[in-house]
Amino acid sequence: MDRLEASLPRVAARRAAAGSLLENRDALGWAMVAPALFLLGAFLAYPFLLGVWLSFTDSRIANPGRFVGLENFRYLVGDGVFRLAVLNTLLYAGVAVVLKFVLGFALALLVDREFRGKRFVRAAMLLPWIVPTSLSALVFYWIYDSQFSVLTWVLRAVGLVDRSVNYLGDPNLARASLIAANVWRGVPFFAIGLLAGLQTVPRELYEAAAMDGAGPWARFRWITWPLLVPVAVVVTVFSTIMTVGDFQLIWIVTKGGPANATHLFGTLAYQRAVQGGFLGEGAAVAVFVLPVLVACVALAYRALRRED
Amino acid sequence: MNRPAARLLTFQLPLAAFLVFLLFPFYWMLVTALKPNRDLYNLTVNPLWTWTPTLDHVRRLLWDTHFLPWMRNTLVISVGATALSLAASLLAAYAIGRLRFRGSGVLGITIFLTYLVPPVILFIPLSRIVSALGLWDRPAALVLTYPTFLVPFCVWLLLGYFRTLPRELEDCARVDGASRFQVMRYVTFPLALPGILSCLIFAFTLSWNEYLYALVFLSSTDQKTVPVGLATELVTGDVFQWGPLMAGALLGSVPVAVAYSFFVEHYVAALTGALKE
Repeated sequence: MDRLEASLPRVAARRAAAGSLLENRDALGWAMVAPALFLLGAFLAYPFLLGVWLSFTDSRIANPGRFVGLENFRYLVGDGVFRLAVLNTLLYAGVAVVLKFVLGFALALLVDREFRGKRFVRAAMLLPWIVPTSLSALVFYWIYDSQFSVLTWVLRAVGLVDRSVNYLGDPNLARASLIAANVWRGVPFFAIGLLAGLQTVPRELYEAAAMDGAGPWARFRWITWPLLVPVAVVVTVFSTIMTVGDFQLIWIVTKGGPANATHLFGTLAYQRAVQGGFLGEGAAVAVFVLPVLVACVALAYRALRRED
Repeated sequence: MNRPAARLLTFQLPLAAFLVFLLFPFYWMLVTALKPNRDLYNLTVNPLWTWTPTLDHVRRLLWDTHFLPWMRNTLVISVGATALSLAASLLAAYAIGRLRFRGSGVLGITIFLTYLVPPVILFIPLSRIVSALGLWDRPAALVLTYPTFLVPFCVWLLLGYFRTLPRELEDCARVDGASRFQVMRYVTFPLALPGILSCLIFAFTLSWNEYLYALVFLSSTDQKTVPVGLATELVTGDVFQWGPLMAGALLGSVPVAVAYSFFVEHYVAALTGALKE
């Protein structure tokens, strides 16, 4: 009994010591975020800075290289293939994001109502976005086959073409084919995001507006759209960044061909750095994604700020 | 115009067109995988159907290629990366969302911004780091690098989820004498289970689908993942093996499709919740 009573304060003191660490919000907080910070620091922040550094060096595989200033960038600006890749990226991202937005919005408006089979439709329409892009890219590679394309078969059956089409052999046709495949994959993302936005609009607003004599267009313009802007901005910015940074679809279907006509920053960087061994030059190509990233985030920030 | 006709034109037909557009590639995958070669490379028969389905392509894929090892590799890597990311994210999200320690606000925004850094900026310097760590051509290279896109996403999603849980429940448990860890273990995390589950599905599918890092960091045939293995080992010069390729695309999509179908309601709710934040 005595011993027990004597030991109690000591246990309490030890508990208090451990407890005070647990109760110190700052110490506990930083301890708990430490694992996440370590992973992001070592494999995201550090490589990010290393990448920027590499773009200023003539580094090769198995050769650290030395600082060469803006040499890589000067070379790239004069490089026809790189200049084409810049144009391709603008075209690819510009056209694909607009198409994904328009089609995704249309799909969201279509399924934002009660109908039989709604659950099935909403589940099925997300599939292109769920499955591995590299695997669906293989299907598009097969759909665009120069000899046995099912697309050509259908176009022939309805009388639109009378010979086989070499989708990936012609520069503009190849660009259009890749944009179509990218749109296919991205429409569900826009649809589900915008659908979520549509569902946050209070139904009473529509009823009140209808009573005041507002037609469908007026209701859309003055109720739906203003409330949808924040979600639309987030979805569009996210998709723009991902489309500009696309790699796998292009690499699997065309490898940047024909004659470098479909290279984006990602595929060109891979070709120069991994296949060619010019790490510095490849890193410089990849760094060009940064301005796009910063511009997107800044635009989104301004748009969302204005809304508030 | 009467109502059914209007409904047909403004709703049923457009929706049907969307479904055909979005689902046709999957149908084409399936038909190609089951069609015998003599139909596959024959321009005179209707390509959209076959009367003589065969499992030859599936058999070739399973026994004559490395598809099964690729599936195993992808599974191991996805499970490893998901477990690591979820553990780190759960602790970080709880700390940022609940402890409100000095610097937590800035930290939350910083982690969110890291989500916007696309892998194409990182893969070249990362290849340096991976080889310096001696992880070249090893699954660990991917288990350690996938958290760079999984952790920001999971933290963001969990933060939103923790915010919806009433603080009072935790305060009550504290008043009743529970320690901070007991509160987390027995009150907060069980309540956040739907959010944790969503993270699990997202992290697993994102890892399963990853292509660029797997392409760059793994090189030997039997170490590859499904997305990379199919696209690099079965697309061999002029001899295309479309049957086995499509069978592989189909089977390789099954795990994510299953994970998704079980939790489809969750998935949509989590995604829309994350977007609303």
